[in-house]
Amino acid sequence: MDPAFLAVQALSGLSSASSLFITACGLTIVFGVTRIVNFAHGSLYMIGAYTAATLIPRLLELSFGPVTFWAGILASALVVGVIGVIIEVLLLRRIYGAPELFQLLATFGVVLVVQDLVVQVFGPEDILGPRAPGLRAPVEILGRRFPSYELVLIAAGPIVLALVWLLLRRTRFGVLVRAATQDRDMVASLGVNQAMLFTGTLFLGAFLAGLGGALQIPRVSANTGMDLSIIAEAFVVTVVGGMGSVPGAFLAALIIGQLQAFGILIFPKSTLVVVFLLMAVVLAIRPYGLFGRAEIVGGTHAVGIASREPLPGRAFILLVVIAALACFPLVADAYLLKVATEILIFALFAFSLQLLIGVGGLVSFGHAAFFGLGAYGAALAVKWYGASMEAALPLGLALAALGAGLVGAFVVRLSGIYLAMMTLAAAQILYAVAFQWVEVTGGDNGIVGVWPSPWASGPIPYYLLTAALVLVTVLLLKRIIDAPFGYALRAARDSEARAEAIGLKIRQHRWLAFMIAGAGAGLAGGIYAFSRGSVDPSLLGIAASVDALTMLLLGGIQTVIGPLVGAAALHGLRDWIMPLTPLWRLFLGISIIAMVLVFPRGLVGTVRDGWEART
Amino acid sequence: MAKLSTLRWLALGGALALAAPAAQAQQPPIKLGELNSYAQWAAFTVPYRNGWQMALEEINAKGGVLGRKIEIVSRDDGATTGSATRVADELVSREGVSLLFGSFLSNVGVAMADFANQKKIVYIAAEPLTDAVTMAQGNRYTFRIRPNNFMQVSMLVDQAKVSGAKRWAIVAPNYEYGQSAAAVFKRLIQERVPGAQIVAEQYPALGKIEAGPTASAIEQAKPDGIFNVLFGPDLTQFVREGNTRGLFEGATVLSLLTGEPEWLLPLKDEVPEGWTVTGYPWDEIKEPKHKAFIDAYRAKYNETPRLGSLLGYMVVTMIRDAIERAGSTETEAVIKALEDAKFDTVIGPVTMRGIDNQSTMGAWVGKLVLKGATGGMTDWTYKDGASFMPTEAEVKAVRKD
Repeated sequence: MDPAFLAVQALSGLSSASSLFITACGLTIVFGVTRIVNFAHGSLYMIGAYTAATLIPRLLELSFGPVTFWAGILASALVVGVIGVIIEVLLLRRIYGAPELFQLLATFGVVLVVQDLVVQVFGPEDILGPRAPGLRAPVEILGRRFPSYELVLIAAGPIVLALVWLLLRRTRFGVLVRAATQDRDMVASLGVNQAMLFTGTLFLGAFLAGLGGALQIPRVSANTGMDLSIIAEAFVVTVVGGMGSVPGAFLAALIIGQLQAFGILIFPKSTLVVVFLLMAVVLAIRPYGLFGRAEIVGGTHAVGIASREPLPGRAFILLVVIAALACFPLVADAYLLKVATEILIFALFAFSLQLLIGVGGLVSFGHAAFFGLGAYGAALAVKWYGASMEAALPLGLALAALGAGLVGAFVVRLSGIYLAMMTLAAAQILYAVAFQWVEVTGGDNGIVGVWPSPWASGPIPYYLLTAALVLVTVLLLKRIIDAPFGYALRAARDSEARAEAIGLKIRQHRWLAFMIAGAGAGLAGGIYAFSRGSVDPSLLGIAASVDALTMLLLGGIQTVIGPLVGAAALHGLRDWIMPLTPLWRLFLGISIIAMVLVFPRGLVGTVRDGWEART
Repeated sequence: MAKLSTLRWLALGGALALAAPAAQAQQPPIKLGELNSYAQWAAFTVPYRNGWQMALEEINAKGGVLGRKIEIVSRDDGATTGSATRVADELVSREGVSLLFGSFLSNVGVAMADFANQKKIVYIAAEPLTDAVTMAQGNRYTFRIRPNNFMQVSMLVDQAKVSGAKRWAIVAPNYEYGQSAAAVFKRLIQERVPGAQIVAEQYPALGKIEAGPTASAIEQAKPDGIFNVLFGPDLTQFVREGNTRGLFEGATVLSLLTGEPEWLLPLKDEVPEGWTVTGYPWDEIKEPKHKAFIDAYRAKYNETPRLGSLLGYMVVTMIRDAIERAGSTETEAVIKALEDAKFDTVIGPVTMRGIDNQSTMGAWVGKLVLKGATGGMTDWTYKDGASFMPTEAEVKAVRKD
């Protein structure tokens, strides 16, 4: 191959590595100190880009020149830094002690809120920023033209690295940040003002995110998809580099930049997969990333269902539920049945997650992977083998269980936040495969024509089928939760050391739990595919995983029937409100944040606590 | 089971609230279902909504159709196939709409066509351009107004013959629309330009282009012709990188849709001059009827029209005509009124060909040029769609119905 071409490609890779590093560096510093994986970091990046793309053209009208341009970039980053401080004071400060699940969900709530607010503030159209004055002309490199702005970006990465290094090594603030990264409790015991330290860290992190976003405007138009696309990559960088390690992030960004630049030549259609595969490989070899250290926190934070006396008259309640479900078609119209069918499906999806989180204490942030696998397994069976619905549903379930077995084998070695990140990575790999392996999965198009067999089509038969399958599976899962196996999982959740000491094979149990939960979610996914007639990659996406978590949290994570109630509440609410307002995501985001802050026990948990307080 | 019955009451309340205004009118309005990617693809869909709202107001001011007003229930389709069919289901079973129209992305269009076939309801594709909607995945319930990929690419390839370019590179978004356009381009360029070959192909994921590496990978193949299917944010980044690197200098560039103001305006003054494109030169339109529409639109919304504006307006007026001729909103009657029907639209007569349910609406083909601070089209002609449609034999070979 032409050396000039290789050189230019490598330079392109370096410049995207630089941009990626600047953003990811903020994420990793914030994680190091606060131990919060900040989903909203991508949103801050997006705000930086929008602010710069709006602000800088106005500034350039006042006085055109490089100084104005760079001042505008810095000003935008400062604005984002201040927004970071606001988020810290209003939200993060209140959840430092909360379990990882609550933290992740709360920051994801911020993502949803910002998505709608950005459209409200900056308008729906993409904004292309101005080019940097003085850097419009390209430079010749080995006879090829290369954008001079990219050269500036290449330099920006190491400059930021050097400045951050100086800050961390040469200032008191930096010493405290490093100390907190190593042992936050010790820093607190030594009388350091934690509030100031954390606020300052958030300012630094948000400033870097804003800077990363603002620097993009001459090459990328500010658009509403920026937040999730950068956060996925930034996660990969921080996890590969080792969470909390700035040099690790730099190295990881370099590797990923080159992988993307040259990956496009070798696999022009699979750029997304390559990045997440790298992450999976690195985590499989080094569970804490390149420069990361073993997580001391973790395990202690588990929340989950507690043991309770079985309710008197359980059999009677069960009969009433069955009768109510069976009679529902008599009173409901076609649309209501559709909604009820979906609620049942989501209830099963959320319930299968309860087995992992509530019982096993394994915070999976990628449960949609198995839901999507089930849906895709069923749809692929229909598409490629002309399978009937009766054959396709078990195939989907089997694929999901298999996938869960594979993912679980890697994941059970981890705990806490690394476990959550690894499940997220697994879901993202599957998402990328579904999205880019066009020949098999149909890519963005998804697969259409996945309709139920004639006897089950029509709202009433399909509702009854769904109700029967969900009921049986939920009862089966409930039985598993109450069996010795379920108690072994709880023991491992509450005290790994003691559980091991009495001879439980923790990893084996957890691995099995993954497969069972995966199979349950896979069945839900298969039923869902046939109810909609199509599958698409969004079933595997982050938003679908968050849906399941929200249902769990809304219903109450400490109770067995919580996820079922949560599914009904969330989906019913969504169905009711979505047609009424375009600001659905804002509403959902605020609800999630509110739930985490004031309602952490969920609907069922709160009701039950109230009941028990009275009796 | 308190949860379900609460939901039922909520839904009942909602239904009553929605039904209340209808009960006051003398005759219930005709309900049409509309869905589009208003959040994700606002650049096209918001002007499109302006267009159909304008048509709706005009129609209802004249008393509606069949003595009833028209009501359009509009929803965001979420820009994914699953979400769109879900929303469509809601429109059909809860709102009880008579027919569906809209959607933006081609993959969503294909899913909607499948949905229409399954639920036996008329669906009129507004923007989806992939051939599949009227060819391989086509069915008797699905209609399309805009010229499809085959037609638009045919118009462009005719221009390619003149240029003499032989070494072609393709850059297209990796989903239904881009794949379909690239496939038809490969076929047509080899059929119609002797000695033409494809030397490079790049398929970035929609909305996720790495513009620098993509541009330099194309440059590496040294093409003398480039066929572009990118639009939206991908296009903006690609053009900027390509301009900087001199990718387009000395190459013939054919580009789908780039002349449409929705994609051209975001490029500002970095318009790649000389590209041969399909688009919408609204500022140079002289035909009185079309001009009157443009003036009315500008007066009403205080902004210049996009192609979406024209399309939204045309779709609703054509639906009105079809319902009037059908004499009812029954699906079979509407299908009959649409097939092989002639419509008198603001851009002139348009026929809905019965064999594939594809209309003969054409496209404006010309070259990009910088006009003041933004881009526009020059040297353009309006190509009537009728002379570029796939032959009946081709249609029969791939359609399953």
